[in-house]
Amino acid sequence: MDFFQLLSDVEKADPEFLDRINPRRRVFKYLGDAGQKITAAAVPAVLASFFNRAYGQSTTLTAPVQAVLTLALQLEYLEYHFYNTALGISGLVPSQETTSITTIRNDEAGHINALRAVLGSAAPAPYLVSDFDYSGGSGSGNGPMKNALIPGATGNTNGALFFAAGQAFSDTGQRAYKGGAPVLNTTATKDILEAALNIHSVEARHNSHFRTVRRALVANALGSAGAQAVSPFDAAPKSWISLVDNGGPTAPDGSKPASKVYGPGSPATGTPDASYPGDDNVTQATVNLTTLSSTYTAAAVSEAFDEPLDAATVKSIALLFTSATGKAKGLFQ
Amino acid sequence: MPTLFPSESPVREAGPDQPLYAPIKRRSFFMYAGATAGATALVLAGCNKSDSSPGTIDVGSGDAGILNYAYALEQLEAAFYAQVKTGGYYTGSTITAAEKQIFDDLALHEAIHRDFLKAALQAASITPLKDLTPNFSAINFGDRTSVLSAAQTFEDTGVAAYNGAGRFLTSNANLALAGKIVSVEARHAALIRDLRNYGSFVGSDVVNTFTPSAPATAGVYSGEGTPNTTANTQGNGNPGPGQERSKRPPQILQAVNDFLADGSKLSANSFA
Repeated sequence: MDFFQLLSDVEKADPEFLDRINPRRRVFKYLGDAGQKITAAAVPAVLASFFNRAYGQSTTLTAPVQAVLTLALQLEYLEYHFYNTALGISGLVPSQETTSITTIRNDEAGHINALRAVLGSAAPAPYLVSDFDYSGGSGSGNGPMKNALIPGATGNTNGALFFAAGQAFSDTGQRAYKGGAPVLNTTATKDILEAALNIHSVEARHNSHFRTVRRALVANALGSAGAQAVSPFDAAPKSWISLVDNGGPTAPDGSKPASKVYGPGSPATGTPDASYPGDDNVTQATVNLTTLSSTYTAAAVSEAFDEPLDAATVKSIALLFTSATGKAKGLFQ
Repeated sequence: MPTLFPSESPVREAGPDQPLYAPIKRRSFFMYAGATAGATALVLAGCNKSDSSPGTIDVGSGDAGILNYAYALEQLEAAFYAQVKTGGYYTGSTITAAEKQIFDDLALHEAIHRDFLKAALQAASITPLKDLTPNFSAINFGDRTSVLSAAQTFEDTGVAAYNGAGRFLTSNANLALAGKIVSVEARHAALIRDLRNYGSFVGSDVVNTFTPSAPATAGVYSGEGTPNTTANTQGNGNPGPGQERSKRPPQILQAVNDFLADGSKLSANSFA
């Protein structure tokens, strides 16, 4: 395509076109900063986002609302590409779970659809699978979760490490949505708030299923929800978070790469909408719920409530799973 | 202790639908309370200023109304699981240790939710709804299928209810607390569905599931695909793609009232 002719044609139709985006000279700087090779095939994708910025859905969203929705969208891409990649790796996902993982991948795709529609021209360009480092190595490709996408690798028999990662990702997501919900609670954004709540509960459903699968794997009972959870619940968890699940899944190197997913955020104390305690929290609205009945153990009380997580902590977790190209695009920053 | 929630504190003036607040001699009160004709009036006396439909208790308005709505739903769930634990399936010989543990947890979580909401209402000087009388006559507590089917209904309903109520909360503290509860209800719902029919943790009956299609450029996914239902507006069961089918309080209560005895049925006229 003749990119310059295209620009010229658009400028004829809308003389203010280039002013909408950047001053003319900066157009090319923007293309360069996008870090994308401007091949003939890539130009339409770049242009799509380029034109969306000028003519996309009206972005009357405030900056804080945009920030919450953008972080949510980034997390959805992280999950979408993880599950989508896994489905394409022969022998990784056990046959008993291909339908479920497909369902989960499809839900994330729907969430991307929904969030891009709400963000309109403010939506970042689609993130690619290469923007993520699923090894948990912050871009090294050699992090502790490396085996999660390698069939039969140490710690990944029947996809055990893949399901562990799925649990960690979806727990990060549900905590993030909870943390961001208050920002969406304005008169103008009630529909967006409800959409976010409706995505949030679906992430929790996914998470429940990942935990069910992990129990089944330990009990050698894939394809059934009837396996028992085994204390301390890091390897064979309940379908709900019990205290901090002993730090979450253990990686093949013995580390707990997801411990921050279950721990406190910042600040850990304060009002419910501005505090991010660890998942072992037993105090809600200043009431220590273990005092209400002798049967209300700390474990049971902690299970009955999931805790929000602040955006900064969410990003610090997600950056472990971001590649150099992703970081260059501003992913999780 | 700081008041967390804005207090609705309805002014309890005597009025035609609040006869108990008119001065009345003690003996006359018991005569009045004993008369069957007085039963409806006693029910209406539990209402606040909001309009109430005859024979129902309105949950009220504002954040107080939503908190009481949530309290009512948790009362029902807690009562259900408490009854499950005394029923023939739970106490019988066929239940597995794993399922017993699950029902123990479900019962604890819902009782904790109920007691938390009551404590929070009282701390905010909001009168909690009375103790509701459930009607579980349609459920066979001796039968696994019947128990799990009812459990699924309650949990799926709870998720749709919390999600459809969030928008009415003006206090973000209250919204945050509701968020902490609803994801646990969703975990419950997903597990019960997997127990009944493995893999149904997300079904098109409760989620507007989405079928992605190939992106215009390979690897560059922009949300291409179609949802199984054309999205309408939030809160009427037709949300956007990949989203839970949230419902408004009146719609939820229409179904929930089937599980509440006469005298305990609810309305939510402020939240249409």
